Amino acid sequence: MAEERECLTLSAQHIQRFYGTRAVVRDLTLQLRKGEVLGLLGPNGAGKTTTLRMITGNLAPSGGSIEVCGVDLLDEPQKAKAHIGYLPEMPPLYFDMTVNEYLRFAARLHRIEKQCIAQAVEEAKKRCGLTDRSRYLIGNLSKGLQQRVGIAQAIIHEPDIIILDEPTVGLDPNQMREMRTLIRDLGESRSVILSTHILSEVESVCDRVQIMHEGRMVLNEMLADFKQKGADLEAEFTRLTQNTLTTTH
Amino acid sequence: MIFTIARKELYMMFCSPLAWLLLTSVQLLFAWFFLGRLDAFLQLQPQLMQIANPPGFTEIIVTPVFALSAVVLLLMVPLLTMRQFAEERKNNTLTLLLSAPVSITEIVLGKFLGLTVFFLGVVSLIVSMFLTLLAGGTLDWGLLISGALGLFLLICCFVALGLYISSLTIQPVVAAIGMLAVMLGFWMVDLVISDHEGWIYYFSIFKQFELFNNGLVDTYSLVYCTLFTVFFLVLTIRRMDGERLHG
Repeated sequence: MAEERECLTLSAQHIQRFYGTRAVVRDLTLQLRKGEVLGLLGPNGAGKTTTLRMITGNLAPSGGSIEVCGVDLLDEPQKAKAHIGYLPEMPPLYFDMTVNEYLRFAARLHRIEKQCIAQAVEEAKKRCGLTDRSRYLIGNLSKGLQQRVGIAQAIIHEPDIIILDEPTVGLDPNQMREMRTLIRDLGESRSVILSTHILSEVESVCDRVQIMHEGRMVLNEMLADFKQKGADLEAEFTRLTQNTLTTTH
Repeated sequence: MIFTIARKELYMMFCSPLAWLLLTSVQLLFAWFFLGRLDAFLQLQPQLMQIANPPGFTEIIVTPVFALSAVVLLLMVPLLTMRQFAEERKNNTLTLLLSAPVSITEIVLGKFLGLTVFFLGVVSLIVSMFLTLLAGGTLDWGLLISGALGLFLLICCFVALGLYISSLTIQPVVAAIGMLAVMLGFWMVDLVISDHEGWIYYFSIFKQFELFNNGLVDTYSLVYCTLFTVFFLVLTIRRMDGERLHG
């Protein structure tokens, strides 16, 4: 049991979130192991983004607890947040800054030592293929490159957990493929949560899949086991998300 | 961390033409008014010679220019504070700050520091204009410093209030208009007060500035301005924290 706890980089227990009286996330438990890529699937409005915002400390949960690398997010938010890199659905970019300036600011914001900033910026640019765009204004970059700057900002401080919220939305097929390769590379050394509603993306990148529907977790399974059973992800997704619809209404 | 955010705010201001345009136009206006007052002083000088204890450079030139600056800054501050939280929210960049290991207090204080440093620059430009007067006479340093201090404290109050209003909305324009409306309200209060009596006198922010500008560094005014600033900064922090809690 203790060994299992040690392997966990992120553990959210029974979290819930209300907007007014409306429950968006209900009694959700989510665990992430070291070096695992978790695909968080769900139809639009299932509560994926709300869950990710809670895990990253952008939103306080109405109930439950979140532990990041053994640190309680609610008790010690700054210490816990240092372990997380987050790319929200809309990349948080300052369009008036150049790639270099933006990444330097992100590095300082994540409390990287002054003498290590230049190296961290170079490393992040190299990983995301931005080295030749260092002096470009972010506002002048294409959507795909902006998305990469967003990822560079999320990995600059070498976090243990990387959280990506629909990182391939709006990208062309080539960029999408590159992005998946990048995510797979990141997943080799860190834990990644990938939120998406594209099923093929999960199948090609993730180790484990969790499906959310109406704020609840309706499936949590290793992708390898899933495939071994001969189950089809798309059919399962449709069954689970429609099934609950008919039972709740 | 406060300095990192302050530095970024300053950088963002000077990245866009807004800060440069504001600084240039405002400085031109101040210089024009300053020269106007200088001209008036030169015309009055023969008559002043005949008075026993005549007012000097500082009373005739510096004080009115500071008074005008206060009104101009009232219009200028909302243009810069409106961008702070409202624009960050609109461009989704607030997430970057909130996801980083930085507290909300540090974010708010960083933004406040960035803006006050910018306005400190505006005040120093005004003061440097007065220093040219040293070529033809001596300045009343006490009056000059007290006026500059008053203007700076007034700016701190404006900025804190502006940050709070900016934290309430997602539309930068709404933040600017809201701030302007509140500031004009304060100004109206000031216009209504004709004498030094009544409780309302103690709440007029411009009256406190006027005291400084007349060379009176009153502890009441100092405490008033400090409390005003701290009050709105705390409200901003609470508001941003509330957003995290209530969504």
